[in-house]
Parts: sequence; C-alpha cells; structure tokens
Amino acid sequence: MSAASEGGRGGAWARVLAPLLMGVLALGAWEMAVRHFGVPAYILPGPVDIARTLAADGGSLAASLMVTLRITLLALLIAVVSGVALSVLFSGSRWVEMTFLPYAVMLQVTPVVSIAPLIIIWVDNVQAALLVCAWIVAFFPIVSNTTIGLNSTDRNLLDLYRLLGASRWQTLVHLRLPAALPFFLAGLRVSGGLALIGAIVAEFVAGTGGASSGLAYRILEAGYQLQIPRMFAALALISLSGVAIFLALSLVSHLLLRRWHESALPGER
Amino acid sequence: MNPPGLPVSGAPLLALRGVTKRYANGTVAVQGVDLGIARGGFVSLLGPSGCGKSTLLRMIAGLVPPTAGGIAWEGGRRPSLGFVFQDPTLMPWRTALDNVALPLRLAHVPKAERQERARAMLALVGLAEAAMRYPRELSGGMRMRVSIARALVTEPEVLLLDEPFAALDEITRFRLNNDLLRLWEARRFTAVFVTHSIFESVYLSERVVVMAAHPGRLHADIALEAPAARDEAFRTSPAYAALCRTVSGALEGAMAA
Repeated sequence: MSAASEGGRGGAWARVLAPLLMGVLALGAWEMAVRHFGVPAYILPGPVDIARTLAADGGSLAASLMVTLRITLLALLIAVVSGVALSVLFSGSRWVEMTFLPYAVMLQVTPVVSIAPLIIIWVDNVQAALLVCAWIVAFFPIVSNTTIGLNSTDRNLLDLYRLLGASRWQTLVHLRLPAALPFFLAGLRVSGGLALIGAIVAEFVAGTGGASSGLAYRILEAGYQLQIPRMFAALALISLSGVAIFLALSLVSHLLLRRWHESALPGER
Repeated sequence: MNPPGLPVSGAPLLALRGVTKRYANGTVAVQGVDLGIARGGFVSLLGPSGCGKSTLLRMIAGLVPPTAGGIAWEGGRRPSLGFVFQDPTLMPWRTALDNVALPLRLAHVPKAERQERARAMLALVGLAEAAMRYPRELSGGMRMRVSIARALVTEPEVLLLDEPFAALDEITRFRLNNDLLRLWEARRFTAVFVTHSIFESVYLSERVVVMAAHPGRLHADIALEAPAARDEAFRTSPAYAALCRTVSGALEGAMAA
C-alpha cells in the first residue's frame, strides 16, 4: 500500500485505532455520567463495575460462553453443509428451486422467537432443540447467496466447459462452486452472526438452568437476582463473541479470495 | 469475387447447407447459409453487427443448434475444436498456467504432462514468465494470449475465434494478429475468424466471407491473393490497400442489400 493511500483513505492502523479510540471515549463518558449522576448499579452499572464483575465471575461465565459457542459453531457448520447442498440442488434444477425456495423463505421470515417454543416442545433433547433454532436462522443467507453465486457463473465459461466435454460433476467442482465462492463467503459472514443470535434466542426461550446452560440463561438468572453488572458482563461476552466470529470469517474470506477476487484486493488508486 | 458457396478445390473439411437459426421470438439470426471451409485455411466471417456471424460460429462449434439445415464435417466426425471468445473468459481463481491446462485437466491428462504442455503453450504465446500469475494481474492483451493458448493446448484441428481482439487497443491488436498468424503457420489448424474489422480480416485471412444483416446471410465470398509473408510491411503495402478496398466494397454492398 502506498503512502498516499495511508494518509488519504485511512491505512491499516487508522482502521483499528479510530474505532478503538471512539470506544474508549464512549466508555469514559459512560463511566463519568454514571458517577456524576450517581446512577445506582442496579439501574446502569459503569464500565469499571462491569469489568470488575467480568474479572470476578469470568470462570462461570466463560463456561456458559463455551456452551453457547459450541451450539453456535455446530449450527453454523450444519448450515454450511446443508445450505451448500441445497443450493447445488436448487441450481441444478429450476423445478426444485421453484418448489422449495418459497418454503426456505418462509422459514427465514418467520421470527425464530415464535417457533422456538414449538421446537423445544417437539425436540426432546434441549441441546438439539437449540441447535435446530440456530440452524434455522443461519442457513438461509448461505442458501440464497450460494444459489445466486452458482447461477451467475460466466455463460461463456459454461459454454467452454460444454465445448470441452466436461461432465456435470467437473463443471460443478471446477467452475460453478469456485465461481460461487465469493457469494457463499458473504453469506457465511452474515450467517455466523445469525447463528449466535439464534442460539441466544433459543436459550432464552428454553430457559434451561443447570451446569450446561448458556450465556442467555446467565443473563436471565442475573436479571432475576438484580445482578445488573453481571448481566452486562454476559452481554459484553456475547457481543465480543459476535465480533470475534465476524472477524474470523472475514479472515477466512480474505485468505481464500485475496489472489483473485475484486473484494479482497487492496484499493490501489 | 466469387459468388457465395463452396470453394472449387477438394472436399471441404466443413460443409454448411442451408443453415438457418430462428429464435423463439421470431428473429431470424441466420438465413440459409451455404458455406464450405477447406482444411488448413484461414477464413474470416466479416459483417456488421446483427449479421449473425457469431451465431454462425457458435453453430459450427455445436454450442447452438441450427433451426434448419445441416453442418457436416469431413468423414462425419467433428474434429477437435478450440474456441476463443470475445472476452478472454478465464477463470479468475486459477493461474494462467492452470487456465491453459484446463482442457487437458477435463480430459484427465496426468498433472505432470498437462503442466508441461500448458507451460510450452504459454511460452509459445510469449507468456512463459506469467505462468503463475492470476488473470487479474495480467493486461488485457496478456489475458487474450492466455485464452488463445488455452484454445490451442489440445492441438485442435480447428480454431474458432469470435472477435477475440475487438476489445484491445490497436497496438496490442496488431501484435496479437502477428502472433496468431505465426501460430497458424506453425500449426496449420483451420481457422474461422469472426470480425467486424475489414483491415483485420484482410491482414489475417486467405478468404473473407462477407455477411449481410437482417436476416443474417452470406453476401460475398472473396479469395485473397496475398503474399505468403504477412508482416508489418504487408500492412502498409499497396496490395494490402487494394484488398481492403475490394472487401470494403463488398461490405458496403452487404450494408445496402
């Protein structure tokens, strides 16, 4: 990257430092406001209070975080496998797509909060029920993006493959799947965040206690006991996990596309 | 100037009889084309846009089925074809080398062999150094060279080109014209070259087939008596200018028809 782009369009450092500085300022203002107006901790705790709680309760919260993350990542994995498989089916036949796409959309637009209670009744195992809820919200962006990607393969390249006598399998593996990769990865980044939301929402609805409960239950529990700083601490962990998932998936996307796709190339202008 | 039809000598490699393409919306892209193409020749299909020259080429390639008429190959067997599109049509996620090796890969040629052949082909189009680069990292002219290398890597008997140099600047186009001629002289494949450039058609081919539009049909078939050596000297010679005038006259006739 050239010096001009460092200064003019914001270099790598500015990209990290600017939002970080903004965050520190906001947290400082929050802390000062809480102290200045004497807001009690059970209404709104200050960041220092929350950090202290996070440090003290970190162990028990981290265990719950692991439970939630396990559900999230497993649901994302299942969403990727089932989503890509469904997209290949969709793009292979107009009839299959016409028949099933409306139901995939229906599943997507129905709020997961409203179906979660049913799923929890129907599915015996709570963990499995949570997994189903998280999967429902995570799989649609993958299906819709990957289907668009598979269908927008360069026509001339498809003609070339036909001319070269490529089999359907060869065309899929060597041409259509790689062409769909940028679309799939964009969907994956959205789905990563949605899987976490789905898992949290389902945990709220299930409201299961005990050793194997996730972060959402910790929030409910802290709320009942008016341990507001602990609620915020759990909330902070959820946000940070969401950010971490997004960054990790962005990194995967960058590594896979950096040599060839427009979206991953440095802006040389 | 001969009337459209079969060349006089020998059985043609490819014979088109009454080839017609009518699209579902009623548009007639190509109407009753009779054309014979001899083995080893370099034939240009020249015409204004909408004359169906690209459609005709795609029908020859077997990418588009004709609505009526027949396309017959010598011996009843379609020979191996190479096709060069108007755009380079490379896979952006593959290196130049892998793009060139694609036809071999799809034909299950072992990796070592296909890489060796693709490398040799890239060297032949002057891109030995660029083997490991991705299409994004190549210039427009270099991408087109990769595309030509890919079409020739299987050593096809017939090379079909659909306005391959239309999007390039003139300097690059001249250079690629010369490269293409050099490859043709070395390999002697049968070339069918679609273009809307009079100068390009005259420079490259032994025979120019002029087409008229709406509906697309043959208008004139011109055999070019040109010197064996086609080079930059030919490009500025009076003979070249005279040939361009002849073809230009035929094209004007096609536009008026």
